[in-house]
Amino acid sequence: MELKRRDFLKIVGGSALIGGSAISALVEEAGIAHASPHEEHGHSAEEDHGHGHIEEASGIRWAMVVDMRKCSEQEGCRDCINACHYVHNVPNFPDPKEEVKWIWKDEYHHVFTDISTLDPYVPEHIKRHPFLVLCNHCDNPPCVRVCPTKATFKRPDGIVAMDYHRCIGCRFCMAACPYGSRSFNWRDPRLGLKGRELNYEFPTRMRGVVEKCNFCVERLAQGKIPACVEACKHGALTFGNLADPNSEVRALLRENYALRRKPQLGTKPSVFYIIA
Amino acid sequence: MIEKALQGSSRYWTWIGFLLVLIGAGFISYLYQLKTGLGITGMSRDVSWGVYIAQFTYLVGVAAGAVMLVIPELLHGYHPYRRVVVFGEFLAIAAVTMCLLFIVVDIGQPARLFNVLLHPTPNSILFWDMIVLNGYLLINIIVGYNTLLCDKKGIPVPKWVKFFAYVSIPWAFSIHTVTAFLYSGLPGRHAWLTAIMAPRFLASAFASGPALLILLLLIVRKVSKYDPGEKVLQSIAKTICYAMIANLFFVGLEFFTAFYSNIPSHMHGLEYLFFGLHGHDQLVPWMQTAGVLGFLGVFILLIPPLRRRIGFLALACAAIIASTWTDKGVGLVIGGFVPNPFEKITEYHPTFPEITIAIGIWAVGFLILTVLYKVAISVREQELN
Repeated sequence: MELKRRDFLKIVGGSALIGGSAISALVEEAGIAHASPHEEHGHSAEEDHGHGHIEEASGIRWAMVVDMRKCSEQEGCRDCINACHYVHNVPNFPDPKEEVKWIWKDEYHHVFTDISTLDPYVPEHIKRHPFLVLCNHCDNPPCVRVCPTKATFKRPDGIVAMDYHRCIGCRFCMAACPYGSRSFNWRDPRLGLKGRELNYEFPTRMRGVVEKCNFCVERLAQGKIPACVEACKHGALTFGNLADPNSEVRALLRENYALRRKPQLGTKPSVFYIIA
Repeated sequence: MIEKALQGSSRYWTWIGFLLVLIGAGFISYLYQLKTGLGITGMSRDVSWGVYIAQFTYLVGVAAGAVMLVIPELLHGYHPYRRVVVFGEFLAIAAVTMCLLFIVVDIGQPARLFNVLLHPTPNSILFWDMIVLNGYLLINIIVGYNTLLCDKKGIPVPKWVKFFAYVSIPWAFSIHTVTAFLYSGLPGRHAWLTAIMAPRFLASAFASGPALLILLLLIVRKVSKYDPGEKVLQSIAKTICYAMIANLFFVGLEFFTAFYSNIPSHMHGLEYLFFGLHGHDQLVPWMQTAGVLGFLGVFILLIPPLRRRIGFLALACAAIIASTWTDKGVGLVIGGFVPNPFEKITEYHPTFPEITIAIGIWAVGFLILTVLYKVAISVREQELN
C-alpha cells in the first residue's frame, strides 16, 4: 500500500505540492489503495481488448462513469457544466458556430449515432433526457495521432491533455475527433468571459488554439477529483481508476451494463454510460 | 534570366498591376484576420476547415498534374513535350506556393508554425505533407530553372538536373497521396474514410492540372510568338480525357459502395452534397453542375473532330477545371464535416474577408506564374530567332 501511494504521488506531480489529507481522500475515492499486484496482473490479461497498456506503466487509467438513471432524473440541472466551465474559464459564446464547450448535454440519438437506428422502440425517457458528453480520453486517441506538434498528447494515466502554448491551431484534431469533443477559439476567449467570475487558478486561453476537457489534470495534481464530479449532488458521475479492479468505477461497470460512444471505431473511450 | 520579367508591354504591366491590387486586398483582409482571429471566416466548431483548406487540396492536384508531361517526355522519350515541360513545372511552382500560403492563412497561431519543425511528429500526416510539398517545390525550382537556363545557353541539360526530373515523378504522386491521407485516415468522417481517396485525388489532379496548362498555353500562344504546337495540345488533351474518365469512374465507385451497402452514415455525405439531406441542400446545385460539366468535358475530348477545334478544346478544359475545382475545392472538405459527429447539420458560408484572402492567394499564384512564364516565353522566343 505504501508503494502504491508513492507511485501515485510521483504521477500526480510531486509530493511537495500535495497535502496528505487530500491524497488520502482521492486514494479512497479512486480505490487505488486496495489494488494488489496480483489482482492487477489478472486484470491486464482480462482487459486485452479494453484498456491494455497504460496501466502497466503507471497503474492508473482514469475513467468516468455517467449514471444516466440518476442524471436524467434531474431535468435542467447544469451543476457539472457550470462547475467545469467556471473552473476552466471556458468562454461563453452564444453563437453555436463559435461555441467553446468542455462538457455539455445532447440527445440520445445524437450521442449514440451508431445505435440510434433503434430509435422508434427506445423507451421515451431515454430518448427525452439529454446525455452528458465530454472528451472521451480515448485509449487510441485519433486527435493525438494527427497532431503535428504533439500539442495534444496522452499521459501515462490515460488522460488526453493539451499544451495550449504549443498548439498552432491547424484544427486537424477537430477533424480527427469522432466525438466532436474539441472546440476552437475562433475569437479571443476573454471576450466570452466578460462580466463573469474568473478562476485565477487556471489560465485563460488565447485565440487560435484548440481546447477541450482535460479530466481536471490540474485538480488531480492537487489530490482533488474533477470539478464536474464534485459538483454533481446526485451521484451521477463517478471518477476513478479503471486499472484497479476494486475501484468504484470498476464496481459500477461490473454491476451494470454500460455503453461507450462509437466503440466500433476502436478509439476505446474512457467515458462510460449506464443507460438503464 | 529573371530580368526578362521586368520588360513587358503595357498590357503585361496592367495585368501585373491588377494582380497586385488583388494581393493588396487579400493582404489587408489577412491583417484583419490576424488581429481578430479566424472568427472572421465562416468556419465553425462543426465545419472547422473551409475555403482555405479546400483550395489547398485542389491546388496540390494542379501541382501534381505537371508530372503528366514529365512522364511522356522523360520515360517514353516523347520529344514534342521537350519545350513545354517547363511550363508544367512552373505551374507546379505557382500551385505549391499557393498551397503553402493557404496552410499559413488557415493556422490559428501562424507565429507558431515552426513548431511543426521544432517538434517533428512522424505519426502526423501533416508532418509528411509539409515534407513532400516543400520538397516538390524545391525539385520543380531546380529542374525548371536549370532546364530553361540550359535552353537559353543552348547546351544539353546536365545529368544531375535529369536526376531531379526523374525524382519529381514519384514525388508528384506522393504529394497528392499524402494529401489524400490527411483525410482518408480519420475515423468517424465517413465521406473521407475511403481507400479510393488517393487514386481519386490523383485522377482528378491529372485532369485538372493539364487542363489548366492547356488554357495557359493557349494564352501563351496568343500573347507571344511561341507556339507549343497542335500536336502537344492534342496529346495533353488525350491525357486529360483519360484522367477525367478515371476520376468520374472513381466518384461512381463511391456512390456504389455507399448506396448499395445502404449504410446511412456512408450515404449521408454524398446525399448532402448531391441531393440534399434533411432539407439542407445549398451545395446541391454546385455538385450537380460539377457532375454535368465533368461529363461535358469528357464528351468533347472523346470526339476527335470536336477536340481539334480550339474553341471546343478550351471549353472542355474550362468545364473540367470547373468540375474538379467544385469537387475538391468546395464539396470534398465540406462533405466531410456535414453531418457532424452528432449527425447534425451545420452549413458553411464563406465570408467576404475569407474569400478576399483566398482570391489574394490565387493572385499571388498567378503573379508567380506570370513572371515565370514571361521568362520561359522570352527564352523560347529567343530560340526562334
